[in-house]
Amino acid sequence: MNKRSLEASRKRMTVYTYIALILGALIMVFPFVWMILTSLKTVPESMKVPPTIFPQEMIVTNFGDAMKSLPFLKLYLNTGLMIFFRVICAVAFSSMAGYAFAMLEFRGKKLLFGVVLVQMSLPSQIFIIPQYQMVAKMGLANSIFALVFPGIVSAFGVFFLRQTYMGIPKEIGEAAYLDGCTQWQTFYKVMFPLTGTSVAALTIFTAVFAYSDLMWPLVVNSDLNMMTLSSGLATLRGQFTTNFPVLMAGSLLAMLPMVILYLIFQRQFIEGIASTGGK
Amino acid sequence: MNNKLSPAARREENWGWIMVAPTIIGLVVLNLWPFVQTVYTSFCEHLGFGHYKFIGLGNYAEIFQSAEFWKATWNTVLFCILTVPVGLFLSLLVAMLLNAKIKFKGGFRTIFFLPMVCAPAAVTMVWRWIFNGQYGILNQLFGAEIGWITDPRFVMISCAVVAIWSNIGYDAVLLLAGLQNIPKTLYEANSIDGAGKVKQFFTITLPMVSPTLFVVMIMRLMSAVKVYDLIYMMVEETNPAVTSVQSLMYLFYRESFIAGSRGTGSAIVIWTVLLIGLVTVIQFYGQKKWVNYDV
Repeated sequence: MNKRSLEASRKRMTVYTYIALILGALIMVFPFVWMILTSLKTVPESMKVPPTIFPQEMIVTNFGDAMKSLPFLKLYLNTGLMIFFRVICAVAFSSMAGYAFAMLEFRGKKLLFGVVLVQMSLPSQIFIIPQYQMVAKMGLANSIFALVFPGIVSAFGVFFLRQTYMGIPKEIGEAAYLDGCTQWQTFYKVMFPLTGTSVAALTIFTAVFAYSDLMWPLVVNSDLNMMTLSSGLATLRGQFTTNFPVLMAGSLLAMLPMVILYLIFQRQFIEGIASTGGK
Repeated sequence: MNNKLSPAARREENWGWIMVAPTIIGLVVLNLWPFVQTVYTSFCEHLGFGHYKFIGLGNYAEIFQSAEFWKATWNTVLFCILTVPVGLFLSLLVAMLLNAKIKFKGGFRTIFFLPMVCAPAAVTMVWRWIFNGQYGILNQLFGAEIGWITDPRFVMISCAVVAIWSNIGYDAVLLLAGLQNIPKTLYEANSIDGAGKVKQFFTITLPMVSPTLFVVMIMRLMSAVKVYDLIYMMVEETNPAVTSVQSLMYLFYRESFIAGSRGTGSAIVIWTVLLIGLVTVIQFYGQKKWVNYDV
């Protein structure tokens, strides 16, 4: 092959790559676009044969109707609080345990870390019935506490942050310790601030996971006012079998906060979730 | 033994215990003890209000004789077969496309990754609308009248499509990281030999990315065996096609929390854990044949 034809074939490859990527991107985006377009249509127009692509008569009343069929403000609040407390717990407890497992020597360390690994390798459904019974026995079903409950500790978070701390040279901690810091100060003032990227990744991972979770909120909070966005939306799936514009408006309202955060913090989201990969 | 430790070492040990205490107490209360309880419950009959009677292997005898249970097991296996290989292939393809020298790489990545941050409960709603038998855009586009989520013959395929679509971006991002670790010099040396692109893929790319591919595959298989939310959202209990797509975890949810037979539910979840264990063992033996750790 001479140089010119090699150049031409390389150009052709690039063109094919773009075509394939654009085609793929269109398939990925289409459901979202269709969701938005449908949410702006009237019910008769949404069922028109052949279908219209763009709404002929654009309306926003579907969003109002969706807000009437679900207590969205409550759902936002419940989901937000659940995420907030789960993130706080996961970051605080996992940082402490991750640091101890990586940096400190104590008897029983291997055995205790084994407990962490066992939890990670079991599916969460195996804990659900007893967890539900505990919450019910405490009389705390239908509460924010119930939503947070299984996420108070995060075995995955411990595992993940332990790895982060193992990547930090021990000498940094030793130097701080020799400078007169107590163990706690060494952890809190010196080591913890070094794990910012990982803590951010764990935060995003915990938030997205909690936000997507469906079975636990469905089981534990049956009162519509105490549901999360996911479980609230699930109650609509049997109803509105003909009113798709309202359903689409409701789904959009449920997705919007996370999608906006994602679009602002794209890099952190993608790299954060990818770095927690394997879970 | 404690006496032999220096004061500093003893302090360190105490701090170690204190710092892992919240996590360990939490894991014991929230996970370890519930795990034991679930195992025990699987040998019990639920009498209501949290009271149980020990019945030995009764629940297992019951599920092993139930056609619905075996159907759910098969559905779960079928879901793995339908989603994992195709999903991995497409993700690798997307990752390789994104690894090329192109513009707007970040933009494409953002788009492919988007379903990851959307709750399955929300995205399945639009898929239900796209797949709608009467007015759905898919049937309208092809002039078909297929009940994508009501016809037992198609419902599994439809759910598999949604699953693959949902995970492609995430898997591609993980695989892209694996691809970027392949030294460019390998390709340069190879192209001097005049090897074709296809050959290059099989001799360089695939072996070099196989460790990442293995991790992604394990993760994907695990989550496919546990599939619940997507199918629950796509196909409600009253849908006539539900038995054709109901996964083990869906059956578990219905048995435990709709029917209230927590003993049966526990037996189903134990069965699923055994299935996951089996898959893991097969994988770790199988990996020796194709995963390349020499790199």
